[in-house]
Amino acid sequence: MESGPMQEVSQAVLEKIAEHRDKPGALLLILHMVQREYRYIPRAVAIEVAKQLGVPIAQVYGVITFSPLFKLKEPGRHHIGICQGTACYLSNSDDIIAALEELLGIGVNGVTDDGEFSIEVIACLGCCSLAPALSINGKVYGKVTRTQLTDILATCRGGDE
Amino acid sequence: MTIVRLEINGIPIEAEENTTILDAAKKVNVTIPTLCYHPDLKTWAACGICVVKIDGHDTMERACATTVSDGMKVSTHDSEIVAVRKTILELILSTHPNDCLQCPRNGNCELQTLAAEFGIREIPYEQRPTDMPPDDSTPSIILNPSKCILCGRCVRVCQDMQGVWALEFLGRGEDLRIAPTADVPLNDSPCIKCGQCSAHCPVGAIYEKDESAKVWEALENLDLYPVVQIAPAVRVAIGEAFGYEPGTLLTGKIYTALRRLGFKAIFDTNFGADLTIVEEASEFVHRFTHHNAPLPLITSCCPSWTDYMEKFAPDFIPNFSTVKSPHELIGALSKTYFARHLAIDPSKIFMVSIMPCTSKKYEITRSEEMFSSGYQDIDVSLTTRELSRMIKAAGIDFPALPDGEADSILGTYSGAGTIFGATGGVMEAALRTAYAFVTKKELTKVTFTETRGLEGVKEAAIDFAGTPMRIAIAHWMCNIETVLDKVREHRDKEKEPYYHFIEVMACRGGCVGGGGQPYGATDAIRKQRAAGLYTDDERCAQRCAHNNPAVQKLYEDFLGKPLGDTAKRYLHTNYKPRLTLR
Amino acid sequence: MNKSGRERLQSIRDRVKKEQSAKVTTVTVGMGSCSIAAGSEVVMKTFIEEIEHNGIEDVIVRKVGCRGMCSSEPTVEVCMQGIPTILYGQVTEGGAKKIVHKHILQRRLVNNMIFDDPGQATSKKVCNSYGTETAVIIFDNEYGSQDYSCDDIFKDFSATVIECKLDKDVQIVKAAEKKHYTAGCLVRILPDNAFLCSSKGDVDDIIDNAIVRKEEIATLAPLDEGCTQKKIVLRNAGRIDPESIEDAIVHAAYVGLEKALFESSPEEIIEEMKVSGLRGRGGGGYHTWKKWSDARQQDSDTKYIICNCDEGDPGSFKDRSIVESDPHTIIEAMVIAGYAIGAQHGIIYIRGEYALAVHRLQQAIREAEELGLLGEDILGSGFTFRCNICLGTGAFVCGEETGLIACVEGRRGMPRPRPPYPSTAGLYDAPTIINNVETLANIPAIVGKGGEWFSSIGTKSSTGTKVLSLSGKLCREGLVEVPMGTPLRNVIAIFGGGIRNGKRCKAVQTGGPSGGVITEENLDVPIDFDDMAAKGSMLGSGGIIAIDDDDCIIDTAKFYLKFAANESCGKCPSCRIGSKTLLHIFEKIAAGESTPQEKAQIFDLCKAMKKGSLCGLGTSTPNPIISLLSQFESEFLAHIDDKRCPAHRCRALITYSILANKCIGCTMCARSCPVDAISGEIQKVHVIDQEKCIRCGECFKACKFGAIERQ
Repeated sequence: MESGPMQEVSQAVLEKIAEHRDKPGALLLILHMVQREYRYIPRAVAIEVAKQLGVPIAQVYGVITFSPLFKLKEPGRHHIGICQGTACYLSNSDDIIAALEELLGIGVNGVTDDGEFSIEVIACLGCCSLAPALSINGKVYGKVTRTQLTDILATCRGGDE
Repeated sequence: MTIVRLEINGIPIEAEENTTILDAAKKVNVTIPTLCYHPDLKTWAACGICVVKIDGHDTMERACATTVSDGMKVSTHDSEIVAVRKTILELILSTHPNDCLQCPRNGNCELQTLAAEFGIREIPYEQRPTDMPPDDSTPSIILNPSKCILCGRCVRVCQDMQGVWALEFLGRGEDLRIAPTADVPLNDSPCIKCGQCSAHCPVGAIYEKDESAKVWEALENLDLYPVVQIAPAVRVAIGEAFGYEPGTLLTGKIYTALRRLGFKAIFDTNFGADLTIVEEASEFVHRFTHHNAPLPLITSCCPSWTDYMEKFAPDFIPNFSTVKSPHELIGALSKTYFARHLAIDPSKIFMVSIMPCTSKKYEITRSEEMFSSGYQDIDVSLTTRELSRMIKAAGIDFPALPDGEADSILGTYSGAGTIFGATGGVMEAALRTAYAFVTKKELTKVTFTETRGLEGVKEAAIDFAGTPMRIAIAHWMCNIETVLDKVREHRDKEKEPYYHFIEVMACRGGCVGGGGQPYGATDAIRKQRAAGLYTDDERCAQRCAHNNPAVQKLYEDFLGKPLGDTAKRYLHTNYKPRLTLR
Repeated sequence: MNKSGRERLQSIRDRVKKEQSAKVTTVTVGMGSCSIAAGSEVVMKTFIEEIEHNGIEDVIVRKVGCRGMCSSEPTVEVCMQGIPTILYGQVTEGGAKKIVHKHILQRRLVNNMIFDDPGQATSKKVCNSYGTETAVIIFDNEYGSQDYSCDDIFKDFSATVIECKLDKDVQIVKAAEKKHYTAGCLVRILPDNAFLCSSKGDVDDIIDNAIVRKEEIATLAPLDEGCTQKKIVLRNAGRIDPESIEDAIVHAAYVGLEKALFESSPEEIIEEMKVSGLRGRGGGGYHTWKKWSDARQQDSDTKYIICNCDEGDPGSFKDRSIVESDPHTIIEAMVIAGYAIGAQHGIIYIRGEYALAVHRLQQAIREAEELGLLGEDILGSGFTFRCNICLGTGAFVCGEETGLIACVEGRRGMPRPRPPYPSTAGLYDAPTIINNVETLANIPAIVGKGGEWFSSIGTKSSTGTKVLSLSGKLCREGLVEVPMGTPLRNVIAIFGGGIRNGKRCKAVQTGGPSGGVITEENLDVPIDFDDMAAKGSMLGSGGIIAIDDDDCIIDTAKFYLKFAANESCGKCPSCRIGSKTLLHIFEKIAAGESTPQEKAQIFDLCKAMKKGSLCGLGTSTPNPIISLLSQFESEFLAHIDDKRCPAHRCRALITYSILANKCIGCTMCARSCPVDAISGEIQKVHVIDQEKCIRCGECFKACKFGAIERQ
C-alpha cells in the first residue's frame, strides 16, 4: 500500500507512543493524542501509529472508523458540535441542526468549501440546563435560538476564535 | 472430557461439555439454520439466525456460541423462534439488492437458500440496499460491498485464518462495511489473492474474477490453438459441482469435458509438478551439500505465499526455491517445447490453466519471467468453479462422460505430481526425489505419514541415510509466522538452520482447499479431497517425479540437465521485495 | 523523608486540618463541566481579582467539583465566621463583585442570588441554634397563592426581627430561586430548618416560637418528610478540590484503603461486600461481590480491574460528575478491588469527551503515585497496583463489557458472546472485573464503615443509595443521591422541583435507552432495581427524564430509536437494520403516512431485536418503545388511525392558522416567523401560507392574543 509522502510525525507523538505502547488501551490513547494535535487523524500519522505499535493498519482504521470521535478529514476552522442529548432534543435541537445546515449549505459531518465551518452532531455536552446547546471549538453556547445562529457564525467569521 | 446429558426438542442426547448446541443438534439430526457461522472460523455470533430457546433463559441464545450443559432443555424450531429468524432474514433482505438472477452466486447462495427454506414471499420492510462500487482492482477477486450481508466471515478468514489483514470492518451501525485496509483498492492492500474470502463468502459479495468469456472467445477463434492444463486439486473437487462425493477422482472425465469444450491439447499440471520436483530437489541437494548456501529451502509453488513473502517476509527471498510453479512450467513448455514438437506457431497457442486457485490469475503476469516463452506463458487461468460453470454452459452431461486421456508430451504424471494438491504433498514429492539424489538410492517405501494431515504446522526429521533432514510444513497462512520466527531466531544467532526444507501453502489443506474450489469446503471435505489425491498417487505407475519417463525425455530432448541454462531460462524465476504496509 | 507512607498520610491530615480550622473565609466555586460551561471560570477569576483589589486578607478562593445543581450553575459557597454558610447560584461576574462587596466586606447576605441545595430540608420543628449564624431565606412561590406574597413575608420578617431586636443577629434575605409549594412560600431558617409560610401569623410563630423560644410549632407543616439526600457516593462532591490530593485526604480519602490493606484479608473484603449487598450501578444490578469472588477464585498471575466510565446513556451524567468531583475515590476503590481479587493492574476506561474528568484523573493518579498510594508496595503494605487511563471511543456499545474490553485491547468495540464472562476470561484473556464508577465510589465507604452500615440504608434487595441524573422538563436539573426506596414521585417533586411552567408530569423515562417509562399513576414506585422493573421500566444507571404533555410519545420513541440506530455497532442485523427500519416506521407515523400493517410490524421487529441481538444494546432497544406504546396506546393509535398528534409535536400532523376574530394585526407573528410564511398589513388580519409554513410554532409562542390556532 502506498503511504504517500510521509507527514512528519511530531516528536511528542513519538514520545507518547514510546511511553504507552505496552499499556492496555495504548492505541486509543495515542489516537486521541494525535487527534488533539492535528484536529484529525492524518492518514500518514495513522499509518505511522500502526507501524510503531506493530498493529495492522487495517485494525487501526477499523478502530478509527468505529469511533464517532475520530476524524479522518480535517474539520472546519470552526467546528460546530450540536448536542443531541435528551434535554437538547426535547428543546428542539433538530431545528438548530436544520437551520445550521441551511445557513452553511452543508450537511451534518460536512465542511464548508472555504474550510471555515464543519457541523457534527455530538452526544450529550453535559450542559442540559443550557439546552439546546452547541459548542464551537469547545466553547459552549447555550439556549441557542435560530435567530442567534447568524450572529454566532458572524462572530466566528470575524474574530480569530 | 465431561459428558453431559441434555434434551434437544425433547430428544435426549449425550454430548461432550464443550460442544455447542449447534453441533449437538446435528447429532440428533436437527439442523439449526446458520448464516455467519462457519466451522473453519472462530464463532462470531453476529447474524442471530441460529437462535434457540433454552428452558430457564429469558432471551434466546445463539446455538453457535452456546455450549451444552447438564440438564439443559433446548427448543430449536417453535413458531416464535422461526418467526424471529424470519424477521431477521427479511431485514437482511431489505438491505440486499434483489438481483439474484445476475448474481455470481445464483443457485449456490446461502442467503438465497435460507430465503427459500423460510418461504419468504415478500419483504415487508422498506428496501434500503446500499450502493457501493465493486472493487475489481486485483486480477483475482472482486469485492462487491453492495451484496455484503456483513456476516464477517471474510474478515475472520483474512485476519484470523490467513493473518493477512487485508480486509476489515470499517464504520459502524448502518455504515458498517467490509473494506480493504484503510480503504485503499484491494490490490494495494496486503491482499495475497488467496481467495479464501471468496470461498467463505455466503453470498455474492466476494467472488473470483470470471474470465471464462476470454476462453470461450479463444475456443471459437480459428486462428488460435487452444490448449489447457488441469491442476492436481481440480480433479478431486470439481465433482462436487456435479453431485459427486468430495474427493471423487475425475481426471478422465475432466479430460473428456475439456476436449469437448474444444481444446486441442490437454495437458496435466501434474507433469509440471513432477518437473518442479526434479528442479527443486536439485536445488535442495545443491544447498544441502554446499556449505553457505541458504537453508532452509522454501517452496514457492503457491503464488499467494510468494506474494506474502515478497511483501511481509522479504528476508527469506534467498531461501526461496526459484522454480516457477507447475502450471507456469507447462505454460512455458507449451509455447516452446510443445510448439516445436508439433511445429505450431507459438503465438497461436492459447494456454488456459484450470486451477483450484484465485491467486494464479495474478501469478500469470506477476513478473517478466512469466513471459519466458516470448509470449505470456499462461493466457488465462480459470478456477475450478469457472470450469464447472463452463461445462454446464456447454451442455456437457459431465457424469455421463467417458474417461479421456491427456496428451503427450506434457500429460504423463507420477504419483509425486498429483499429491502436490494436498498440504505436505510438495514436501513428500520432494523427499522422494531428494532422497534419491542425495543418497543415490531409491526409497523402498515412498510414502511419508509425517507430511500428511491437516495440522497447521507439521514438523519432522527425516532420516536421509543417517543425516536427519529437518522439515516443516505450514499451511493456512496464519501458521507461517511461527515457523519463520524459529528460522529467524537461529539465523540471527548464526546457529545451524532450524529447518532444512519448508513447504508453505496459503490455503487450509493446501490446494484442495484452494480459494477457487467449489463452495462449502470444511476440514472434512478437505480431507476427502486429499484422500482422492493420495489414491491417485497409489494408482500411478511411477511414484517419484524423477522416474517420470516424460520428464526424463523432456530433459533429453529440450532442457538438458536440471538447473542447466535452458532449465533456468524457462523454469526459474526470481523474487524481489515489494514492501507493502500492513 | 524517612516517614512511612502511612505516617505521611496522617501528617497531611493533621496539617491541613489545622490550616483549615484557622479563622478564614472560604469562597468555593463549583467547577464541574457544566459549571464551566455556565461561566464559573470567569466567576472564580473575578473573585480572586476583586479580593486582591480590595486588599481583603484571610480569604481562600477554592474550586470544588460538581454540586449536582446544574440549573443553578455557576454556584459559589461563601463560608465566613459568624455568618451562615450561603450558597449563591447563577453567579455572574457582576454577582461575584456584589458578593465580595456586600457579603464578604459588609457581612450582609445578597438578595435574590441565593439558591437552595435540595434535600437539605429537615422536618425538625424547632430551631436548635440561632444567633449570629442564623439567616432567614425566603423563597418566592411560583404557582402558589399570591395573597400573601414573598415580598409580604420579607417585609413582615424584616419588621418583626427589628421589633424583637434580633436584626443584628438574624439576616432576612430573599432567594433567587422560586419554589412550587401550594401551601405557601418556603422559608429556610439557616442553618437547618425550613417551614412553609402562608400568613403573617406564620411569620410571628416562626420567630417567636421556633427561633426565640425554641418551641415546637405545630401549625406549620414540616416539609419534605422522608426525602433527604444521603450522600455516600457524592460524599466529597462539592466539598473537596478535586485537583488536590491533600484536600481529598483531609476528607477521609484513602482511609478505606488503609483499613483494607492493613486490617483485612481479601476474603474479608469480599465478605464485607457481600454483607453490604452492593449491586452494580451501571445498569445491570449484578451483585458486586459475586463478580469479585469469581475473579478471586481464578488462578491467574495477571488479573485486571476496569473502571467503566463510558457513560453513554442520554440523560445520565453522574459518572462524569463523580470523577470530576472526587477522582481519588475511584482510585482508592480500584486499589481495594485489586487487593480483593488479586489484580495488579487497573484501567479506567473513560469517555474521550470527558476532558475535564480525564484531566483530573490524570492528576489524581500522578499525585497518588507520588504519595505511594499507587504503584509498588502501596503504603508499605507489600501490595502493588498500577492504574492507567484508557480513553473511550465515544461509542455507546463500548459500555457493554465485551465491547469495552475489545476497545481497551485496541480492537473495534464489537461485543462478543458470553460466556466466557470477563471474570474468567476478560482483558487479554485474563480474569477481569469491570465495575461502574458509581459502584466503585461506594466501596471506600463500605470498607471504611462496614457492610452492615451500608445495608441498613435503602431497601432489602437494593441497599445503599442511588445517584440520579435529573433532566427533561423539570424545574431543576441536576444530580441527587437518595437512599434506595425513595419514591420516584418525591424525587420529581422535591429535587426536580416539579415540572416546568406548572405543567403535568406525563411520565418519567428511566433507565435510559434500555429502560422504559413510568406513568404519572405509577410515580410512587420506589427507586429500586426490582420495583422499577416490575413497573415495566428499570433503574438502570439512574437517568430520570421527566416529560410533560407537550412531549409526544411517538417523538420520544423516535429519539430513542435514532439513538439506537446511531449507536448500533452493526454486528447483528436485527439491531443494525432493525433499529433503522423501526425508526423509519416511526418517522412515517409522525408524518401521518403509516399503514395499519406497520402496527404489527413494530412488534415483530421489536421481538426480533430483543431475541435476535447479541448484546444489551440490541436486546434492550425495544424496551422504551414497547413501554411507551403500551402505556400510551391511545396516543399511539391517534397517530396511526386518526393522523393526529395529541401533544402537538409531530409537525406533519398539526397546522397553524390565524383566527380572524382574534388577530389585531400587531405583526408579532410575522416578525417571529423564520421562513416568512406570514403576511398581512399592520392592524389587519394576518394569514399563514401553509405551503411555506414549517410548523415551528414560533408564531404560536409570539402571539399575545391567542389568535394563532394549532390543530
